[in-house]
Amino acid sequence: MLYAILCYAHEETVFAWSKEEEEAVMAKLIEVQTPYAKAGKLGPVGRLMPTTAATTVRKGKDEPLVLDGPFAETKEVLLGFYTVDVEALEEAVAFSKELSAVNPGSSSYEIRPFYVFHPGEIKNGETHNRETGT
Amino acid sequence: MTDIAWIELALTAARPQALGALLRYFRDLDTAEEAFQEACLRAIRTWPDKGPPRDPTAWLIFVGRNSGIDAVRKRAKNDPLPEEEAFSDLSDAEDDIADRLDNSNYRDDILRLMFICCHPDLPNTQQIALALRIVSGLSVAQIAKAFLVGESAMEQRITRAKARVAKAGVPFETPGAAERSERLGLVSAMIYLVFNEGYSAGITNPDSAAFCDEAIRLARLLLRIFPAEPEIMGLLALMLLQHSRVRARIDGNGQIVLLEDQDRALWDRRLINEALALLDKAIRHRKPGPYQVQAAISALHARAAKPEDTDWREIVMLYGLLERLQPSPVVTLNKAVAVAKLNGPEAGLELIEPLAEKLDGYFYFHGVKGGLMMQAGRHGRARVAFDRAIALANSPAECAHIRMQIDKLGSVAASTE
Repeated sequence: MLYAILCYAHEETVFAWSKEEEEAVMAKLIEVQTPYAKAGKLGPVGRLMPTTAATTVRKGKDEPLVLDGPFAETKEVLLGFYTVDVEALEEAVAFSKELSAVNPGSSSYEIRPFYVFHPGEIKNGETHNRETGT
Repeated sequence: MTDIAWIELALTAARPQALGALLRYFRDLDTAEEAFQEACLRAIRTWPDKGPPRDPTAWLIFVGRNSGIDAVRKRAKNDPLPEEEAFSDLSDAEDDIADRLDNSNYRDDILRLMFICCHPDLPNTQQIALALRIVSGLSVAQIAKAFLVGESAMEQRITRAKARVAKAGVPFETPGAAERSERLGLVSAMIYLVFNEGYSAGITNPDSAAFCDEAIRLARLLLRIFPAEPEIMGLLALMLLQHSRVRARIDGNGQIVLLEDQDRALWDRRLINEALALLDKAIRHRKPGPYQVQAAISALHARAAKPEDTDWREIVMLYGLLERLQPSPVVTLNKAVAVAKLNGPEAGLELIEPLAEKLDGYFYFHGVKGGLMMQAGRHGRARVAFDRAIALANSPAECAHIRMQIDKLGSVAASTE
């Protein structure tokens, strides 16, 4: 079964991390992910940019509305996501618990089963890097 | 990260909103700051055992308000005439704080807190110091180190700035649309001042380099509460783009590296991509402003993989737009640099000629003039301009940079002038 694991957190706190703090947390998170990646269970992992960079498309009367900002104004915002291919929910829960243990603060992980809409060809986010034009 | 480290981050993150709300309740900056401080101390005492509350900001406002009310009451006991109006919202102290946070008050709270730091009577450095102390919650010691002054001198400076602000009177009424937009403009300028202080002083002083991160954090906060303001998007994009080059703009010897000589692999693509996304959002509004245009210019550099790929034609066009939006000889000087890239040094020199009087005391003007003269082969005139630039240099790094140019001048075969 494929699951998407969504990480929610207080954005203000996360963006108050210093570079050193950020790197330390990332190193620990990668440590948790490595065994899952080696077992071929880890799909694309993404880190979302700040909600200030987000745009929301909402259904309007005639044309869809394009609004500045994330979908909903809440305290906790979607910060990033993992996609894992695991046996059962249990394993996705266990993985999320491990991530949560090394992630400081009150982050939540939303686990949602999903199907592959498009497997994607992105690699390191560089495939369509528009600055380098490669 | 330890529990305490995380709590401190959470307190820093909550500060602008919590302190802003407390300022609205108590209508006095000192009382609000004391109340917030007390709430923070309680958080450090109780959160490690009980775990952090689900909404740390609401918790801090609630606890801070109660402790502030206690403090005001204690003071009132020694005061024959209790000042009921000193705190307007005490009657609804039992209201559900979470509900109140959801209303639109809080964005004006944060804006007000930032706005009181940009009082026009305050010189730039005091605006910066006050914002870092009040809004960001940096310690006086941290700010003093960044400004290379003693702690007591900085303490005095901040106290004086606060007295100035208190005397001017903090505006507590909810601002109208025009006032709000005026405040946003002033606050944006103040945030950019904080950034620029870090950007220029950070070359030699790592303590002030942190100001850049702080300014970016404040701009993200401002944009979060005013999500549809294209100029705030522009400001944030501009700072992200400038900050993306922080590792490339100084070499191992502490020398300034010009944009065209920078190792572009050292540019932070993550910041650049965020900035480009913001700029795309801003442009959709079709309300160009100076920050957006400056960010767009900076973005054209960021998009060029090699210096020779730079779209100078577009940059000249954008400087033309900036000249119309915000006419200034410095903007024209920058346009001249772009024009010289496009049409050669003589075309650039022609543009800066009329600026000579206005910018005579400006380091960058003589640096640019010297550079263009050198390119045009007029080495004698270049030397004169470089000498003048050295006399006006603001930092050893600037001075060293011009000396390098003079060395280049010397190494070129005899002047053709």
